Amino acid sequence: MNAWIQAIINVFINPIFYKSTLNQSTPLIFAALGGVYSETTGVVNIALEGIMLIGAFGGVVGSYFTGNPWYGLAVALLLGVSMAALHAWASIRYSGDQIISGAAIILLAQGITGFSLVELFGKPGSTDLVRSIPLVNLGSFEKTPFFGKIFGSLSPLVYIAFASVIFSWYLIYKTKLGLRMRSVGNNPEAADTLGINVYNIRYFGVLMSGILAACGGAFLSIGELGQFTENMSNGRGFIALAAMIIGNWSPTGAMWAAILFGAASAFNDQLQSQGILHLATNTQYLFGMIPYIITLIVVGGLVGKSRAPSADGIPYIKD
Amino acid sequence: MVGEIFPYLFVFERMVFVEKGKKDYSDYAVVMEQIVKKFPGVLANDHVDLFVKRGEIHALVGENGAGKTTLMSQLYGLINPNSGKIYINGVETKIKNPNDAITAKIGMVHQHFMLVDRLSVVENVVLGMEPSRGPFFAIDKARDQIKKLSKRFGLYVEPNAIIEDLPVGSQQRVEIIKVLYRGAEILVLDEPTAVLTPQETEELFKILRTLKSQGKTIIFITHKLHEIMAVTDSVTVMRLGKVTGIVKTSETNSRELARMMVGRDVLLRVEKDKAKVGTEIFKVEDLHVKENRGIEAVKGVNLSVRRGEIVGVAGVAGNGQTELVEAITGLRKVEEGHVIFKKTNITNISPKRRREMGMGHIPEDRLKHGLVTSFPLYYNFILGRHDSPQFCDGSFLKMPEIKRSSEELVKRFDVRPPSIDILGANLSGGNQQKVIIAREFSFNPDFMAVAQPTRGLDIGAIEFIHKTIISMRDKGVGILLVSMELEEIFSLSDRILVMYEGQIMGEVTPDATSTEEIGLMMAGHRLEDLRAQEA
Ligand SMILES: Nc1ncnc2c1ncn2[C@@H]1O[C@H](COP(=O)(O)OP(=O)(O)OP(=O)(O)O)[C@@H](O)[C@H]1O
Ligand SMILES: [Mg+2]
Repeated sequence: MNAWIQAIINVFINPIFYKSTLNQSTPLIFAALGGVYSETTGVVNIALEGIMLIGAFGGVVGSYFTGNPWYGLAVALLLGVSMAALHAWASIRYSGDQIISGAAIILLAQGITGFSLVELFGKPGSTDLVRSIPLVNLGSFEKTPFFGKIFGSLSPLVYIAFASVIFSWYLIYKTKLGLRMRSVGNNPEAADTLGINVYNIRYFGVLMSGILAACGGAFLSIGELGQFTENMSNGRGFIALAAMIIGNWSPTGAMWAAILFGAASAFNDQLQSQGILHLATNTQYLFGMIPYIITLIVVGGLVGKSRAPSADGIPYIKD
Repeated sequence: MVGEIFPYLFVFERMVFVEKGKKDYSDYAVVMEQIVKKFPGVLANDHVDLFVKRGEIHALVGENGAGKTTLMSQLYGLINPNSGKIYINGVETKIKNPNDAITAKIGMVHQHFMLVDRLSVVENVVLGMEPSRGPFFAIDKARDQIKKLSKRFGLYVEPNAIIEDLPVGSQQRVEIIKVLYRGAEILVLDEPTAVLTPQETEELFKILRTLKSQGKTIIFITHKLHEIMAVTDSVTVMRLGKVTGIVKTSETNSRELARMMVGRDVLLRVEKDKAKVGTEIFKVEDLHVKENRGIEAVKGVNLSVRRGEIVGVAGVAGNGQTELVEAITGLRKVEEGHVIFKKTNITNISPKRRREMGMGHIPEDRLKHGLVTSFPLYYNFILGRHDSPQFCDGSFLKMPEIKRSSEELVKRFDVRPPSIDILGANLSGGNQQKVIIAREFSFNPDFMAVAQPTRGLDIGAIEFIHKTIISMRDKGVGILLVSMELEEIFSLSDRILVMYEGQIMGEVTPDATSTEEIGLMMAGHRLEDLRAQEA
C-alpha cells in the first residue's frame, strides 16, 4: 500500500506529468472545440474521430512529400475540412441522419488511411518517420527548475490549442456570428423567421469542426514524433465528445474537461513507469481504462446539469 | 337582410368599388389581392382579398382551419402564394422570404412563439440585426435600444432575463419588442390572446392601443368576439379559405360576427338540463404534488366527482391546476395523499391501467401530450387503445378496422379536412383538439379529466365541444373540467371549485355565486371568509 502512495506522490511531483498532461490534452482540446462549433449550430458530429484520423495521416503525408511539416499541417486541415464537408453535405443539405453520416465518415477515414498507408509507404502498420513541427524552445527558461521542464519546449500546436479556446469563446459568446450560431442550434425556425440563413450557419459550424479536429489529429502525428500509425486517433474523437458534453458545450468547459482527460491519461502512463510498483505488463490494459472510468463517473455525476442545444441533431427542413 | 344571410356580398360591393377606382391603394397599409394558396388536398386560401387601412387595428377572424395563419404567413414571406398580389402602402411588393417582409416593415408575432428559449431577452430581440462594435456584438447598445422601445410603447421586460424563465405574457412582450426593434410599421399578431390570462390580455390591449396611437397598423387574429369588439376598427371574416365578410367594428355586433364566422347562428352559451347525479366515481384525498423544480404545487387538495356531473376547477393559470391533472392521470408522481377511482386506490398505477379502468384525459398541451404530430390521424385515433382486441389481434394491427372507425370519428366530430391520412401536424389547432376529443370520447370512459378543452378554438368548435361534453355528462360520465376561462367554467359546471396556490378556496354552484365572488377566490380569498364578511 505504501508503495502505491509513494508512487502516486512521485507522479505528482514530477514535472513530466504536467508536460505530458499538456501534450495529451492538446488533441482532445482541438477535437472537443470542433464538437462545440458543430453542435452549437445544431449538428451532431461523431465524425470527429474519423476527422482526427485523417488529419493525422494528412500531416505525415504532407510532411513526407514536401519535407516541410507546416505543409503537412496544411494538408491535414484540407483533408479534415473535406471530410467535414461530406458530413455537412449529407446532414444539412440532405437532412440525413447525423449519427449515421458521422459513423460513415469514421469508417471512410479508416478505410482511406489504411489503404493509402500501404499504397504510399509500402507497408501496413505505420509510416516512415517524417519531419515533425519544430518545438518552441524557450531558451534559458528551460533551465528554470520544475516549470522549465514543463514549458521549456512544447509544440506550437499546444499554444495554438489554448489560443483557439479563447478565440472560440469570444466568437461564440461575444460576436454576432456566435449569437446566430447559438440561435440556429436552439431554434432554427425562430432564426429563419428573422432572416438568418440556417444552412449557412450550420455549414460554418461543421467546417470549423473539421479544421479543429484535423489540427488535433495532426498534433498526434507530426506534433512530436513525426509518424503515423494505423488507427492513431484511437478513440480520442469520442473522448473529445465526452469532454464537450461535460464542458456543457462551451469552449472553456470543453477545455477543462479535455485537460481532465489528458491528466488522467498522463497519470496512467506515469504511474505504470514507476519502478517501485513492480507491475506486470498485462496490467497496462487495466490502467488504460482510467480515462474511461473517469468519463463514466464524471458524466454520471453531471447528468441533468449539462444541456445540449435544443435543436442539436435535428435536421432543419424548410417547407 | 340579404347582407345578413350572405355576408360575402359586402366583399362584393367593396371589390367593385376598388376595381372602378383604378386600384388606388395608397390609404392602405396592406392590400392582399386574390391570394391563392394550395396545400396537398386543401385549398387553404381561395382568392382571398384583405384590405387593411393605415393606422387601424384590423381583426382577421374565422373558424379553425379557415386559412388565417396561412394568409399571414404569406404576408410575412414564410410561404409563397400560388397566385395573387401584395401591396404595401399602395405599392406592389414581392415578399419571398422574411427578409423581404422585414424590409417592407412588416413584423409578425406567431401563433407559436418564435423565441430562442436559452437566450436572453436582448439576444432574442436583436438577433439577425445586431448592433456591433468592431467585430463584436455590442450588447450594451442593444440593451439601451430595448429600454427605449420598452419605455416608448409601455412594454415592460427585463432585458437580461432568459426567455425560458419568463411567463408567456412576458414572452409575448418580447415578441412584440422584437418586431418593433426591426422598425415594423405593420404588425401581425396571430392569436396573441389564446395563451394569456384575462389580466395579461388587458395589458396587451393597452399596448395595442398605444401602438395604434403612434401610427402603427395592426392585424389581429382572434377567436374571441369580445376582443374584436373591444380593440379593433374593422374586421375581415374568413371561412373555408374564402373571405365571407368585411365590416366596420362599430357597425356590427357579436351575434352578427358569430354568424359570419360559422355561417349559422351559434349558441354562445350552450343549454343544458339539470344534472342527474349518480354515485361517486372519483375522489382525491389530501393530494400533494410537486412541480418540476421540486416546489410543492398542489397542497392538500380534496375533491370528488360523481357520475353525471361536471365539476369545474377555476383559477388563474399556474396555481397548481396542471400538476393536479397530471397527478390524477398518472403523469406526475403523487407525494402524499390518495387518488381513488371506482373505489380502488389508483394513486400509483400507470396511466395505461387507468385508461383500461375507464379514465379519459384531454390534456392541456395538445401538441405535447395529446397527439403524435408525425402520425396520420388514423393512428392518433387509436393511441392508448392500439392493443385492444378491436384494433389488434394480438400481434398485428387490424388496419381495415382502424381506418373504418377513424373515418367514422372524422365524420362524427367534423374534423376538417375530412381525411384520415393527414398528419397531425398539418391540422389547424382547432381540428387537432377535435381529434383528441374524438379519441377520448370514443373510448367510452366513465370519468374524464378535461383540461383547457377549447383553448384556441373558434366559437363554432367551442359550441360543438361544449355540447359533446354535456352529452357525455348526460350519459353518466363524471367530468373534472379545468379551465382558465371563467365563461367556460360557468356555462358547463354543475359545481365549481376555485384553486389558488395549490389549494381549494371553496366550492360553489354556478347559480349561487357571481363572477366577482369567483374572482375574489381566484385572488386567494377563502369562501368562508367572504361569506362571513357578507353576513
Ligand atoms: N403545411 C401544411 N400542409 C398541409 N396543409 C396545411 C399546412 N398548413 C396548413 N394546412 C391546412 O390549411 C388550412 C388552413 O390552415 P391555417 O393554419 O391557415 O388555419 P387558421 O385559420 O390559422 O386556423 P386556426 O384558427 O386553427 O389557427 C387547414 O385546413 C390546414 O389543415
Ligand atoms: Mg392559425
